[in-house]
Amino acid sequence: MSNVPNELKYTKSHEWVRIEDDGSVTIGITDHAQDLLGDMVFIELPETDANYTAGEECAVVESVKAASDVYAPITGEVIAVNEELGDAPETVNQDPFGNGWIFKMTPEDAGEIEELMDAEAYRELIASESH
Amino acid sequence: MHEQSKANSHQLIFEHSRDGRVNGAHHLDGQADISAIPEALLRRTPPGLPQVSEMDGVRHYTRLSQKNFSIDTHFYPLGSCTMKHNPRACNTLSMLPNFLARHPLAPARFGQGFLGCMWELQEILKDVTGMQAVSLTPMAGAQGEFAGVAMIRAYHDARDDHERREILVPDAAHGTNPATATMCGYTVREIPTDANGDVDVDALKAAVGPHTAGIMLTNPSTLGVFDRRIKEIAEIVHQAGGLLYYDGANLNAILGKVKPGDMGFDVIHMNLHKTFSTPHGGGGPGAGPVGVSERLRPFMPIPVVGRDDNGAYRWLTEQDLPQSIGRLSAHMGNAGVLLRAYVYALLLGREGMERVADYATLNGNYLMARLAQAGFDMALPSRRATHEFILTLKRQAAEQGVTAMDFAKRLLDYGYHAPTTYFPLIVPECLLIEPTETESKESLDGFVEAMCAIQQEADDNIETLKGAPYTLPSRRLDDVKAARELDLKYQPPKDAAGQ
Amino acid sequence: MPFIPHNDADTRAMLDAIGADTIEDLFDEVPAELRADALQHVPAGRSEMAVTRLMHGRAAQDTQPLNFIGAGAYEHHIPAAVWELTTRGEFYTAYTPYQAEASQGTLQLLYEFQTMMAELTAMDVANASLYDGASALAEAVLMAVRANRKSKSKRFLMPANVHPVYRQVVETIVKHQGITLELLDYDARGGHLDPASLPGEPGDICALVIPQPNFFGVLEDVDALTDWAHGHGMLVIAVVNPTALALLTPPGEWGRDDKTRGADIVCGEGQPLGAPLSSGGPYFGFMCCKQKHVRQMPGRIIGATVDQDGKPGYVLTLQAREQHIRRSKATSNICTNQGLLTTAATLYMTLMGPDGLRQTAAHSHANTRQLCERLCAIDGVEKIFDRPGFHEAVLRLPRPAAEVLTALEDRGVLGGFDLSGHYPELGNAILVCATETKTAEDLDLFASALKDVLA
Repeated sequence: MSNVPNELKYTKSHEWVRIEDDGSVTIGITDHAQDLLGDMVFIELPETDANYTAGEECAVVESVKAASDVYAPITGEVIAVNEELGDAPETVNQDPFGNGWIFKMTPEDAGEIEELMDAEAYRELIASESH
Repeated sequence: MHEQSKANSHQLIFEHSRDGRVNGAHHLDGQADISAIPEALLRRTPPGLPQVSEMDGVRHYTRLSQKNFSIDTHFYPLGSCTMKHNPRACNTLSMLPNFLARHPLAPARFGQGFLGCMWELQEILKDVTGMQAVSLTPMAGAQGEFAGVAMIRAYHDARDDHERREILVPDAAHGTNPATATMCGYTVREIPTDANGDVDVDALKAAVGPHTAGIMLTNPSTLGVFDRRIKEIAEIVHQAGGLLYYDGANLNAILGKVKPGDMGFDVIHMNLHKTFSTPHGGGGPGAGPVGVSERLRPFMPIPVVGRDDNGAYRWLTEQDLPQSIGRLSAHMGNAGVLLRAYVYALLLGREGMERVADYATLNGNYLMARLAQAGFDMALPSRRATHEFILTLKRQAAEQGVTAMDFAKRLLDYGYHAPTTYFPLIVPECLLIEPTETESKESLDGFVEAMCAIQQEADDNIETLKGAPYTLPSRRLDDVKAARELDLKYQPPKDAAGQ
Repeated sequence: MPFIPHNDADTRAMLDAIGADTIEDLFDEVPAELRADALQHVPAGRSEMAVTRLMHGRAAQDTQPLNFIGAGAYEHHIPAAVWELTTRGEFYTAYTPYQAEASQGTLQLLYEFQTMMAELTAMDVANASLYDGASALAEAVLMAVRANRKSKSKRFLMPANVHPVYRQVVETIVKHQGITLELLDYDARGGHLDPASLPGEPGDICALVIPQPNFFGVLEDVDALTDWAHGHGMLVIAVVNPTALALLTPPGEWGRDDKTRGADIVCGEGQPLGAPLSSGGPYFGFMCCKQKHVRQMPGRIIGATVDQDGKPGYVLTLQAREQHIRRSKATSNICTNQGLLTTAATLYMTLMGPDGLRQTAAHSHANTRQLCERLCAIDGVEKIFDRPGFHEAVLRLPRPAAEVLTALEDRGVLGGFDLSGHYPELGNAILVCATETKTAEDLDLFASALKDVLA
């Protein structure tokens, strides 16, 4: 049973989103996703200052068995990326919602965040996806 | 083994290297004058290639070879790879000195023997596949696929039909299929496979339209079963204006029995390193000739062998095929591999080829029946096996925590190369098993016994499997470390004295 | 039945176990209307003895005159041990090393191969081979698009003195990727890409391709070209001859600017390293790159690791980028590569060593120079380009190349490659090559034959 913190928002492609006090958002991949992918070997981070539209591929998380795209959950500009993942990609496995964050964005439209899934909906999604 | 030899057995050739060791037999007499080359363009330090005697080099690589499994030494029931016996005559006769010495740009009149072999191979492959023309140039299955999809694109472009942007691919397809479609500028849409292992025809009907460029299929499919509705599928795609591409990876199952041309395919690629027994060589070279229907003939990759009215052979090039998709290699592809396939075809002959599918299918069904009788679960138990079938360890994974990977590694200890694991991706914990026609009944029986023994071990103590292999040159290798801490070449220790 | 071991008793026992009467029953899921008629154009099977005779007869038709053609495929001596060992069953009939524990021989060999290619090119990493030099260049172009994150363009600068068929292959393979290949003219006197003629403001270009030597055999000013490209934000793709690298500055050291030194991607044809001419294949393509681009490099890559007992071992790594996992987003669709040829190349480089390779390069250079001296002593024959070359040269003849070459063939000499098809501006020009395999007598034979033809 994977961890699904209640205070976060989620996407269908297994990203989580945390709204920070200053209106920026922090993004990573969920516990469910890291479990499916297995041991991380490399994280290809987005470009700082790059702009992405919601649903656009912006990063890649690579394990031994798969290289999976990470999609921007909302439209906005990347303001920070987690450089520590360069030396320690396994942080994404160990602490996916904390130190395993991947990048931060300033949203173009705060309303987009409201449309993301809440924890309950995400729990239902992963329940339906398992056989 | 003596402790010293054991310690040395992992040594790299560079660790045997000693400054100043040269191979005297290759020493060339006389000083070569290189004064015409400007100093600034000359290399300042020699490359760090090994400096060893011929004895040391031969010994090192002979020992390395002995660490490998190979068809010559082990049974390889690798689904979709067709690991059949590689006849030695194919090697000897392809490596006759005059064949080896021939420069690719030497005029055709000095290569009529070689070109005659290539011409006949084209004719044989046309017959076997039921297609109208064959190009031998693609250097592997993936290049053949590229040629096939590129020809489909050229066909639609030539008709100014630019709306067709999508290639359909079954969800069970080999990874090269969607990768190829993308290389040709298409988007990929996956079509689900139904519970019987056939393409979901209703989903297909919903997916086709004026945006469909074509579909890439294998039949028998990657699930090891013959898609019975293939003619219907062909009609659906053709009616929507798309073309059909056949991935010939499983041709061994139907050689001589069914022709892809008769099934409605417009273009096919063959894997000669599978069906025509050219050696796998630890990862190639292969050859992936393509066969085409009449409407794709103008687009074939060049060069293709042609024959004049007076029986002389020559290469057909840009002038002869102005609409060709072009060249895929600097010369004409993997000539030496094609010669091996030709010799194989001559040795088998027409009756031999018709028997390949018979005995490949007999062996596939026998192995499936025996394993099912021994208590293993098949992915598609109600279907006939073709030359291959899928065994699933889903139940054992759920009940005992043992995986397909565990079985695979333990099989190595029993002297069997593991079957294909985790492909196709849609069947969980699967083993795709293809014995081929060159294995004897005893060989198959031995494999069944090994599988049963391993299941017993799993029942007794799962750790036995988890720790496998035990008896090979290495235990289970850490591929996470390999990907995280990239070490892709030898670097001599910085403090090494007197290297 | 060739290669099928079953006797009647086996077949019967197996059918019984399956519960079928005949082998035909096993095909009952195949619709009857799809069952093929008998094969028409496949001859009846022959014994190995008969096939041996047939093939010997075919080979006997193909006696080749003394060869002076290069143009991308080079005749070098291959030590006998190379193919003796390469065709050992354990190498020859081994599969792709997906089950690493059962393939340590092949995997360690490939790790050694990668090391040798990295050394030869002075680059950080090498892959375990691609199909050939031409398709390797195509893959390098596709890789540069992925790797050059600063550039938004898919424009490439391609010198016209890069092998013309390589350029055609690149066009065929990259055709649907929105990539443009802009041709750069070569200097009429030197045959090279003159750095002084490069545009001052080239715009946003993804990469410059630099051959060394180029197709004419001429040596390029690689440092100036590399610095120019890097100075304009382009990547450098080097297309190199591996034998030449025993003698010449390797692409990892091209350029005088410390900060940007070295080609970014290196590719080329590996045939000179142990592959016989063999009508053009199988050969192999090699590719190397700077460390920072390694995840964009196509093809198989072997990495060192340890097993669960801590013993060193080797595995295929970075597979997540490859077709069997990444599928439609893979770096390439390549699956099978040219494994046996890399085995031969590794053996070749080991048995020749750095000295042997250097001698091969030096003697090939010297022989070609001496050949040119003899041929240019003949009235009407002249060397077109005045810059030094590696082991090939372009000569202009007083009569059309095709007829001269045919007449030379009648006198037992394959005189070179006719350039008038690809480079009509050069007139009656041929590309000649004399490797270390040619003796003084061979060069004399060519010269006297040509003198005879032109008399």
